[in-house]
Amino acid sequence: MVRNKTISAQVAEVVLILVMLVISFMSLAPVVHVFSVSFSDNAAAAGGIVKFWPVGFSLESYRKILGEPHFFNAFFVSIKRVLLGGGINFVLTVMMAYPLSRSSKEFPYRTVYMWFMLFTMLFSGGIIPLYLTIKSLGMFNTIWALVLPGAVPVFNVILLMNFFRNLPKELSEAGYMDGAGPWYMMIKVYLPLSLPAMATVTLFSIVGHWNAFFDGMIFMRSAENYPLQTYIQQLVVSQNALLELDSSKLELLMKVSDKTLNAAKIVVSMVPILIVYPFLQRYFIHGIMLGSVKE
Amino acid sequence: MNIKSFYKHYHLMLLPGIVLLIIFQLVPMFGIAIAFQNFKIGLGIWHSPWVGFENFTYMFQLEDSKIIFFNTVFIAVCKIIAHLIIPLTFAILLNEVRFSIFKRWVQTVVYLPHFISWVILAGVVMDLLSLDGIINSTLKMLGFQPIMFLAKNSLFPGIIVSTDIWKEFGFAAIIYLAALTGINPSLYEAAEIDGANRLKQLWYITLPSLVPTVILLATLSIGNILNAGFDQIFNLYNPLVYKSGDIIDTYVYRVGLVQAQYGLATAVGLLKSIIGFILIVISYKIAYKYANYRIF
Repeated sequence: MVRNKTISAQVAEVVLILVMLVISFMSLAPVVHVFSVSFSDNAAAAGGIVKFWPVGFSLESYRKILGEPHFFNAFFVSIKRVLLGGGINFVLTVMMAYPLSRSSKEFPYRTVYMWFMLFTMLFSGGIIPLYLTIKSLGMFNTIWALVLPGAVPVFNVILLMNFFRNLPKELSEAGYMDGAGPWYMMIKVYLPLSLPAMATVTLFSIVGHWNAFFDGMIFMRSAENYPLQTYIQQLVVSQNALLELDSSKLELLMKVSDKTLNAAKIVVSMVPILIVYPFLQRYFIHGIMLGSVKE
Repeated sequence: MNIKSFYKHYHLMLLPGIVLLIIFQLVPMFGIAIAFQNFKIGLGIWHSPWVGFENFTYMFQLEDSKIIFFNTVFIAVCKIIAHLIIPLTFAILLNEVRFSIFKRWVQTVVYLPHFISWVILAGVVMDLLSLDGIINSTLKMLGFQPIMFLAKNSLFPGIIVSTDIWKEFGFAAIIYLAALTGINPSLYEAAEIDGANRLKQLWYITLPSLVPTVILLATLSIGNILNAGFDQIFNLYNPLVYKSGDIIDTYVYRVGLVQAQYGLATAVGLLKSIIGFILIVISYKIAYKYANYRIF
């Protein structure tokens, strides 16, 4: 049956595949473009003749990055932030999801906690009150301003809680019968069973931390504390920054306008995402479906 | 087994998270008081003079308010509509491709932009649209005048919506692809036996099977009507396009944190929070009532 497809069906098939190729190309094109610019000769890049392949191949821009302490500084602030923030997110997600996944008979207070969390997820005081809170806690210029405000990823907690609730009830009944306490059950039984789900939410939180720029911009008052995305934002993107320049930012901006160098910085900042991407990709479809299945 | 003896352990597990939520979510909510004050940072929240609804009345008199409110809703609604239609179309087309290896490859590629930050992508978009960028150099080659894309109010919302859909359409298609795999294959077999070609199958089986998903997503997106995408717009806009691209969030940032008009900015933010909260609650209620959707 498959063999004697009509001509028009075969044409349709080919057209479909071509359309998909074009769409894929469009998704990749900007990224490929930046890669190409970063490996190109500076003059060629400034002239705008670099498209999707390096013109006048050169590693000059990467060599220049090596001589920029600000960039490395920002890179390490971001690494620190991902490790610390991702770790905190991980621990808190498990520690909150487990008790909340108990039935209301097992833990009657769960509803109160649930409503509280839902409220904090859906309603917020806005950016100004948060800014003033961080300020009054004396957290400006510290890594804590970047990791603590988002320490509880409420949405992830709910995802994992739903995952726990779909595990068979007999599991915890049997465990408790055998004398296991809640901590033991959480760490030794539920956590290992939920590793794929945990991997998903953790990868999402890592990507979130890596990509965040705004908190770095408003909570870090001096350039050496910027995480990488904030650094790039100020350097490459920001035209609005001119409105609020202070001397340390101005110093940063002075070094602008090297197209290949900027492209190289963008590439380096994308590398960690491209490294975790294959893992992400394996888990996230599963992970997204987590929340959608309920008993 | 004494279940009640576990309560304290459960409370203990929740304690650190709840404390952090109280400090960084609940406490700032009291900062809403600033919206009703003529807040001076030196005086603090306890000593700043109260002004009642003055910030709100001032906000409603400002010409800016109407513009940013319109821009926010306009951009957000365009995005919502585009996000319903384009990923759906893409998912249906991809689903028709028969080679599964190719299919998986396409999926991997189109999901990628979702994971790259707007800071990076804005840099790329600006580069592409700049005067000596790839698009303008192509235009010049074809004999057209170059266009300053990001400085034109007539083009800016369109650029925002289309770059956003470019970044997110692949990822947004996941949910449709999942719904597509959920369709019972025997429906297609039966249709084939009855002589329905692929187009007919698409029209009578695939599309109707996706309607519930589309309706659910449409309902849930009601909550996003005031979220036009801060990260994206903040990184792409400039003073020349404030008229068409300034949204509530960017306005709050500029008025509050740059110009230090804390009272006004908090008032604008508060109004947004309240409307957003009501919209989300309504959308969840509808989704629960008609699609039995609940988040916990």
